[in-house]
Amino acid sequence: MYTQAMDTMREEGGDKPALRTAEEAQLQQRFDNRIDAGEFIEAKDWMPENYRKTLLRQISQHAHSEIVGMLPEGNWITRAPTLKRKAILLAKVQDEGGHGLYLYAAAETLGTSRDQMLDALHTGKAKYSSIFNYPTLTWADVGAIGWLVDGAAIMNQVPICRCSFAPYARAMVRICREESFHQRQGFDSLLVMMKQGTDAQRAMVQEAVNRWWWPCLMMFGPPDDQSPNSAQGMRWGIKRVSNDTLRQRFVDAAVQQAEVLGVSFPDPDLRWNEETQHWDYGTIDWSEFWRVVGGDGPCNRERLAARVKAWEEGEWVREAALAHARKSELKEAA
Amino acid sequence: MISSIKIPPAPELTYLLRLADTCLILGQRLGEWCGHAPILEEDIALSNMALDLIGQSRALLTLAGQRSGQGYDQDQLAFLRDEIDYRNPTLVELPRGDFAFTVLRNVILATWLKLMWERLRDSSDAELAAIAGKALKEARYHQQHAADWAVRLGDGTEESRRRCETALGTLWLYTPELFEDDAVDAAATAAGLGPAWAHLHEPWVAEMSEILGEAKLAIPAESTFRSTGKRGLHSEHMGYLLAEMQHLQRAYPGGAW
Repeated sequence: MYTQAMDTMREEGGDKPALRTAEEAQLQQRFDNRIDAGEFIEAKDWMPENYRKTLLRQISQHAHSEIVGMLPEGNWITRAPTLKRKAILLAKVQDEGGHGLYLYAAAETLGTSRDQMLDALHTGKAKYSSIFNYPTLTWADVGAIGWLVDGAAIMNQVPICRCSFAPYARAMVRICREESFHQRQGFDSLLVMMKQGTDAQRAMVQEAVNRWWWPCLMMFGPPDDQSPNSAQGMRWGIKRVSNDTLRQRFVDAAVQQAEVLGVSFPDPDLRWNEETQHWDYGTIDWSEFWRVVGGDGPCNRERLAARVKAWEEGEWVREAALAHARKSELKEAA
Repeated sequence: MISSIKIPPAPELTYLLRLADTCLILGQRLGEWCGHAPILEEDIALSNMALDLIGQSRALLTLAGQRSGQGYDQDQLAFLRDEIDYRNPTLVELPRGDFAFTVLRNVILATWLKLMWERLRDSSDAELAAIAGKALKEARYHQQHAADWAVRLGDGTEESRRRCETALGTLWLYTPELFEDDAVDAAATAAGLGPAWAHLHEPWVAEMSEILGEAKLAIPAESTFRSTGKRGLHSEHMGYLLAEMQHLQRAYPGGAW
């Protein structure tokens, strides 16, 4: 879900900055050759500064997305309608915290601490995926997030398992396995309501799908011809598949799944194209995407405020843990 | 709106519900931390403990449903009782408070639950004994985790120590209820179902003294205040907790989830 990081950042220039020395030129050449050969780059390897910066930005924003993403679904833990659903939701949101941990750890290998990354989030310098700036208004939103949001995330993240930066790729392998469970639980939750539930529940599901459909399509980022940084990401092996290709894959899969569920998507232009063998879809309102990215989505302020509040209220806890650790070290040294 | 189910007043059923509701309501409170903890590792740890507790309550409520003779399932018991039919001690329903409050409540209850599960492994009810066998491993970990934090906070900074003392002062008012006996305990003991709650007091005090001693926290004096949640008479907080927890089950009659 998080190639958005690459699409919404300012241009950082190309991968060939002015080189100062012959040695650096040689390192750059060796790096390029390794990328071209499909090799993985490890944290200790030489890498161009822009590659490091781009990755740091993408991985940390991915991590922030996992952590902020705990909020909309966490909103329903205390209200889950059965104990089984409560357990599944707790496990899922806990997984997202775990994903945040792996990703912060992967990003730390690039030379920035978790505290620095969190500070960037809390001060608004770092972004997270805009999808989490939409509210969860009903229980069906939890299912819709699993099915559609996590479904879109998987579509986006599976190619990152082959990302050229090995620590990120390794983290993504594990994350994708768990995301697959997340998607299935969401779909299953909606399926039960649609097939065995009441009319009121079916209406709740359809209403949730109506709200989440278009924001989910926006998760893949702007159209390819308006995504200036994509080419650089492709060149570096950070991004493997284009925004529009991923979006089309998602639409094609989702339409079939919607048929199984018995729900519709709020798009009168959605129709099968015999020629392309894909589902055509209507025009995405990119002004909404940029508005939400820019900070004026329905929940931008609440989400950030919730994270900042948790961090500030936890400051005394972190200080106490550090103070205790120092005391223990002194005791051991004595 | 779905109306409430009625619970037969059988003592052995009440004994099971007291334990099941202790796990359920504590799990509900710990779940509130998810996404709001002081560090990410604790978001994960507290959610994980909530998950274990919800799992324990599911097993116990299923068993209680079978023993009720009414054919109730775990969700009917979890979501469709009136407040007076919830049998958890009041301690678990108190709002989550700050992190010190949550940590110390977890120390108190994980220690209590660990001692309870140890004894329930010998229950005459084979299913309860099996649930206890699994839950014991979880409670040991919960106790260890909470105790580690109690020591960090009790022996951390001035502020963390002050917060621990304040939390402990409140929590301690509610601990006598964990060790009070009544006819329910007598019936459970006679049937070999499980220990009288009073029997846990001595080992609990011993373990709490050790943990709080390491945390450099004094055990508060016992008050004459007595909470009565396990008899169905709860604090004012319980109604809000249940309103939130029960909302969907109540609002969608005939719903499937």
